[in-house]
Amino acid sequence: MDFLRPTTWADALAAKADRPGALPVQGGTDVMVEINFAARRPEALLDLNPVRELAGWDVVDGRLRVGAGVPYARVIDELGGPLPGLAQASRTVGSPQIRNRGSVGGNLGAASPAGDAHPPLLAGDAVIEVESAARGVRMIPAAGFYLGVKRSALEPDELIRAFWAAPATGPQYFSKVGTRNAMVIAVCSFAIALHPAERRVGTGLGSAAPTPRRATAAEEFLAGELDWERRGPLADSAARRFGELVREAAAPIDDVRGTAGYRAHALSVMARRTLTWAWNDHRAGATGREAP
Amino acid sequence: MRVTFTVNGSEETVDNVWEGESLLYVLRERMGLPGSKNACEQGECGSCTVYLDGVTACSCLVAAGQAEGREVRTVEGLAGGPDGSDGLAGDQRLGPVQEAFVEAGAVQCGFCTPGLIVQAHALLERVPDPADAEIREALAGNLCRCTGYEKILDAVRLAARRKAAAE
Ligand SMILES: Cc1cc2nc3c(=O)[nH]c(=O)nc-3n(C[C@H](O)[C@H](O)[C@H](O)COP(=O)(O)OP(=O)(O)OC[C@H]3O[C@@H](n4cnc5c(N)ncnc54)[C@H](O)[C@@H]3O)c2cc1C
Ligand code: FES
Ligand code: FES
Repeated sequence: MDFLRPTTWADALAAKADRPGALPVQGGTDVMVEINFAARRPEALLDLNPVRELAGWDVVDGRLRVGAGVPYARVIDELGGPLPGLAQASRTVGSPQIRNRGSVGGNLGAASPAGDAHPPLLAGDAVIEVESAARGVRMIPAAGFYLGVKRSALEPDELIRAFWAAPATGPQYFSKVGTRNAMVIAVCSFAIALHPAERRVGTGLGSAAPTPRRATAAEEFLAGELDWERRGPLADSAARRFGELVREAAAPIDDVRGTAGYRAHALSVMARRTLTWAWNDHRAGATGREAP
Repeated sequence: MRVTFTVNGSEETVDNVWEGESLLYVLRERMGLPGSKNACEQGECGSCTVYLDGVTACSCLVAAGQAEGREVRTVEGLAGGPDGSDGLAGDQRLGPVQEAFVEAGAVQCGFCTPGLIVQAHALLERVPDPADAEIREALAGNLCRCTGYEKILDAVRLAARRKAAAE
């Protein structure tokens, strides 16, 4: 095995082009588990820690551009205001030690259906910036990024540089079912984002299908149902119907963490609850609960 | 490969490190620092917790090569300094957090202790007077099979009180 340590983004892209079999490692919280247990023996590790720009974020033309290497701990501390849904999801990842090292870029690279960053990225219309030395930058909307269980649109010679997202203009919530409050892979999870200016709703489902996915029919139904004009109360029937449509968008399986039936039910409950919180915030004029 | 980094204040170089090796393995097996414990090698137990550039991490999930040029501080590096503050490895006195764990009876088999001490130390650096909920949250990634955690909470409260009194 080789250990590659490029210090610039250009060198990292060149290394990946030269050695498509090299496995990128950022926080190592997925990669090192596989190596420690001999589940994976890549020909080389490509350490991205020395590429400092990956650990930074910026506002460009009013949109956030967050480097792939920004760890969850910093998403929570620094981005809870503009990205409340992602910050809430970040708070549920692993433990403090895992959140100090694990990154959103690593979550995207792993592309697990249970990854907690995915539902808020989907609900918030995030776009993933990937790049290769040969073909340059590709901007991939989150909804087109996940292709299968632990499979993404990333090509073997590409690296993830950042994700882009607009700062929240309305409330965002993330909800996750697990067996305890720390260190749990989601049994299932759900994210909602209200985009009041466009009278749109975003959703994201986790651990509910082979890939993280949106509940498009539920989004469209709700966008037409909410009283955007006068911020009127949410009808119970609308909240319930929204939950049903979210459940219908899921294709869960039975596994050690839960049954398909349980997941489907839990998703409809989380959808209804998070919608209620979000709409109540919107009626009160708040843009969502910041990560405390 | 060769890896050079600062551990507990002194720069060290180790050779013949396997590229897939963890920082934990290098500390324990190549540097003679067995304080950090290896219990799960998958980030679940926290017994291998160390500071990496001032931030706590599970050293079992840091590739050794990722420590190159960086600063690592282990439980050995939290021993007591001359003024009762934290000192450097080799000092025989216990640091204030270590002392509190002994006094509060927070150590039984001791396997989880080094990781808990590093993580508790980091909490108290950040939040000198943590509420119980904050202590629980900070230590949520450190498993103990012996104590039932109550005495660990006592130890952190005690260390916080001592620290406040000393300042
Ligand atoms: C104890 C424990 C608890 C966990 N709990 C959770 C949890 O609650 N929720 C959750 O979602 N996850 C959890 N995880 C999984 C893991 O922490 C996350 O997936 C994390 O986001 C991975 O980030 P990382 O930087 O550590 O990735 P790494 O392990 O460094 O990399 C992960 C994958 O992404 C690739 N990669 C990394 N960066 C790039 C890049 N810039 N370009 C291209 N590919 C890249 C790597 O090659 C690898 O395939 C947990 C892991 C552990 C060990
Ligand atoms: S040995 Fe590293 S977390 Fe358990
Ligand atoms: S004292 Fe034995 S595991 Fe904690």
